[in-house]
Amino acid sequence: MANESTPPVTADSQWPLWEVFTQSKQGAPHEHAGSVHAADAEQALQNARDVYARRGEATSLWIVPTSAIVASTPGDAGPFFDPGNDKAYRHPQFYKVPRGVRGL
Amino acid sequence: MTTPHVAAPRQTPPANPLFEYVLRIADDRLVLGHRLSEWCGHGPILEEDIALSNIALDFIGQASAMLALAGQIEGQGRTEDTLAYFRDEHEFRNALLVEQPNGDFAVTIVRQFLFDAWSVLVLDALQGVKHPQLAALAAKSLKEDRYHLRHSSEWMLRLGDGTAESHARAQRALDDLWRFTGELFETDAIDAAVAADGIAVDHASIRARWQEIVADVARRATLTLPGDAPMATGGRRGRHSEHLGHMLAEMQIVARSHPGASW
Repeated sequence: MANESTPPVTADSQWPLWEVFTQSKQGAPHEHAGSVHAADAEQALQNARDVYARRGEATSLWIVPTSAIVASTPGDAGPFFDPGNDKAYRHPQFYKVPRGVRGL
Repeated sequence: MTTPHVAAPRQTPPANPLFEYVLRIADDRLVLGHRLSEWCGHGPILEEDIALSNIALDFIGQASAMLALAGQIEGQGRTEDTLAYFRDEHEFRNALLVEQPNGDFAVTIVRQFLFDAWSVLVLDALQGVKHPQLAALAAKSLKEDRYHLRHSSEWMLRLGDGTAESHARAQRALDDLWRFTGELFETDAIDAAVAADGIAVDHASIRARWQEIVADVARRATLTLPGDAPMATGGRRGRHSEHLGHMLAEMQIVARSHPGASW
């Protein structure tokens, strides 16, 4: 069972954990919806469909082994995410958004 | 259980064959949906619990629409609720397969797979029949049942080709349930009567394709299909195994204890 596509067994279950991303309509970004347990990719897709997409919430699903996610740590908060509010030129606030543009 | 109401195999169609025909389709879904709902809260893992409950709800929804149509065809004022809750065991027309108890998870999955593989073929044929309402309901149900088949097929592979324990349980379930599969392909005077009105389903071709699907999944699941054996029959004529009565008692008690209650 242990190969690239099956993440290692996690402590909370005998089945590995997968992260679920749903797309609400075509062209929209896939957004994180939650996670499911599953033994392999096909089952993860089916479980995600049953848990997160059965009421028409999604037109597309992405499933990713949780172990494949690389996350920043709370310790990174300062150096990674300091907004640099004192440098106004970093923020794209001088542009005018044309009328009729949606999804920005 | 044999009852005093047992009817002989039908040689002549009843007064309203289409009513009986739709009832058979509806009752399969009602009974199997109720069986699956018994898993709610008992699934092997949260995600599968939700999946089985979803499938149960799909079947209850299909049954509700089909029973409503049956009541309309009958024209005696019976609604889907009357038909679901106020008929007795001998009036149910479901196949024996779907009333078999859930057993262990392997039994539930094998029962589901054998039914799903048959159901998608029947619904596919029914969506082209010359009865607009029945065809529309079949088309809608087919979408759901295709997913059910995908789900149960995956589990067949997982159980059959899984551990020694899961393989043994899946094989046992297949051996035990196989004798209920022959009934799915039976035809009688009711089928002939509705076929004359444009509701023709080619059972021989469906049987051949069903055998292909089942053989393919069984092979990949390393399971052995049982050979030819005597097949159980009777469900389509209201002659059921002892399990249906117990199930109906539970399913119907609230509606019968509080007639007309709403919430």
